[in-house]
Amino acid sequence: MKVIELKNLSKIYNPETIPVRAINDVTLSVKEGEFTAIVGPSGCGKTTLLNMIGGLDISSEGSVEVGGVSIQDMNESQLTAFRLQHIGFVFQAYNLIPVFTAKENIEFIMVLQNMDAKTMQERSDDLLDRMGIKNQKNRRPSELSGGQQQRVAVARALAARPKFVLADEPTANLDSGSTEDLLDIMAKLNKEEKITFIFSTHDQRVIDRAKRVITLEDGVIISDEHR
Amino acid sequence: MILSIKLAWKNVWRSKKRTWITASSIAFSVFFACLMQSSQLGSYENMIDNSARFFTGHLGIHQVDFWEDQIIDNSFDQQALLELDLTKPSILMGVPRLSSFALASHGDRTKGAALFGVSLEEEAAFSYLERKLIKGDYNTESGVLMAAGLAANLNLNVGDTLVLMGQGYHGVNAAGKYSVTGILKFPIPALNQGAIYLPLETLQEFLSAPNMISSYSILLEDSQDTEGMKAHMETILKGKELGVKTWQEMLPDLVSSIELDYYGGWVILVILYIVIGFGIFGTFLMMIKERTYELGILNAIGMTKRRVQTMVAIEIFLLIFLGVLMGVLMATPIILYFWANPILLSGDAALAMEKFGYEPIIPFALNFKIFYNQGISIFVIALFLAIYPMLAIKQLKIIKALKE
Ligand SMILES: Nc1ncnc2c1ncn2[C@@H]1O[C@H](COP(=O)(O)OP(=O)(O)OP(=O)(O)O)[C@@H](O)[C@H]1O
Ligand SMILES: [Mg+2]
Repeated sequence: MKVIELKNLSKIYNPETIPVRAINDVTLSVKEGEFTAIVGPSGCGKTTLLNMIGGLDISSEGSVEVGGVSIQDMNESQLTAFRLQHIGFVFQAYNLIPVFTAKENIEFIMVLQNMDAKTMQERSDDLLDRMGIKNQKNRRPSELSGGQQQRVAVARALAARPKFVLADEPTANLDSGSTEDLLDIMAKLNKEEKITFIFSTHDQRVIDRAKRVITLEDGVIISDEHR
Repeated sequence: MILSIKLAWKNVWRSKKRTWITASSIAFSVFFACLMQSSQLGSYENMIDNSARFFTGHLGIHQVDFWEDQIIDNSFDQQALLELDLTKPSILMGVPRLSSFALASHGDRTKGAALFGVSLEEEAAFSYLERKLIKGDYNTESGVLMAAGLAANLNLNVGDTLVLMGQGYHGVNAAGKYSVTGILKFPIPALNQGAIYLPLETLQEFLSAPNMISSYSILLEDSQDTEGMKAHMETILKGKELGVKTWQEMLPDLVSSIELDYYGGWVILVILYIVIGFGIFGTFLMMIKERTYELGILNAIGMTKRRVQTMVAIEIFLLIFLGVLMGVLMATPIILYFWANPILLSGDAALAMEKFGYEPIIPFALNFKIFYNQGISIFVIALFLAIYPMLAIKQLKIIKALKE
């Protein structure tokens, strides 16, 4: 089943002044259970593409469908609600709410979703366990390592039971050990629970673990390789 | 909502130093403003009380023409009041007073004098007249109490005899000899140079005006409650040739000087609030500026802007509330202390106060209105300043915020 469907997608920054065509006529679909890396040199348009898939930014041309729903014409609050229900986000760094503990950060999303307290408890405990950060659950982000913080971020992204998880350079701020740990967890979740991951990176070790690698250059897909 | 409150509460304590500094600056202004208003309102209450007790009462009942033309012919029969039920919980007490003018002589000296016929016993409680006695006896059956300045001018002392000559009720001649039983000292020069107090019956007899009084002065529990009481009195007095005046009507100069001082005080407070307002605004600015990335993340992962705004609004409320609470808590014991122990003035300031007939003290008012005024003012300012963070959140662009 297709979770993402992009048709002739383009993004032009500053159309009125100095137009920058950051994404140029991209057509792409992602199926459930994929483990996809978007790669390419700096400035090739990875972030721009992920932002449009995630409904954080709107495209200039073309269409974006997520889980069969066109998010093209949604207004701001509809988009926010859509993101909350269907998309998990992991950013490069400082993902977490600094005043909340790891557990509270994970539960935050579920509270926004009005999940009942019992389900929420069970789910956050389960996620903390699976991410291997059970013992750190009452620590605030500032008391966690970068790798642990990213694992909490992944747990939070999953807490909402999204259709897929979008991660923009999730390992960019991590050392190689933490990078491996995070990738192990993501790969395991993908394999065992069929969770769809789409992440951008320019780290070769990360690219090597991906099952599909989409390479961008100047906003255009130059290769799309399934392994 | 609970989530927003929890998050807001934690956020407030995130930069403790800034929270304390902002709250302290609010607290200081509330503290200062409360003390200032308390002393202002306290001195107004004191001035009103002094004037009402001594001159007009909070309410005065007069013959309808008296206020236009304050002559003995415009007095009224106090029997008219005896038939009426003037007791009411909000009325503390009332006293009859008769006033007139006469020539006072002793030996070869003659001076004009203002005569006040009062019930000495009641007056001791109403205007504390007894406290003005500096020589002789206060209680007298048919003698007179003279103001010190007038007594000196007439070369009179306790035990001497004074001759009064004037015009009585409906033009009859009035003349009489009275022994001086006491000397009163008044801070107000006009009174001190010209007042003579007599027992009410003595003056009525002198003026051939038995039972007549010029005013019946009433003291109320609450000096501000005059309009309602006036209306109440007017219904009771309906059909009689009597009218009711409030102290505000009888003492317009006092009213306007209080108003002037009160608004003058507000001007100072407004300036203070503007200064404090910039401080608060600075905090709001930082609240948003420093956290743009974080607010962007919150919005990105699914917290609607409305909820983000609610959270920040609660943070603002908590911060302001903390400041106002601290200010009120700081001000309360001090106001309580000075309310119980008014500041006594000395030197020139005391003399100036006395000259206008007021006690030389700075009393503090214990009035919930003071705290309410300041609290509301700060909240209104904060509400106004909060427009900025609210708009900033509304206009937040996630992709821009995430680049911070
Ligand atoms: N807000 C913007 N205004 C104008 N141009 C922009 C804006 N954001 C990005 N660009 C441009 O769009 C292009 C793609 O940017 P993007 O951030 O998507 O690249 P990226 O692949 O994520 O790069 P990196 O690997 O450095 O994160 C770049 O040329 C960039 O300069
Ligand atoms: Mg990028």
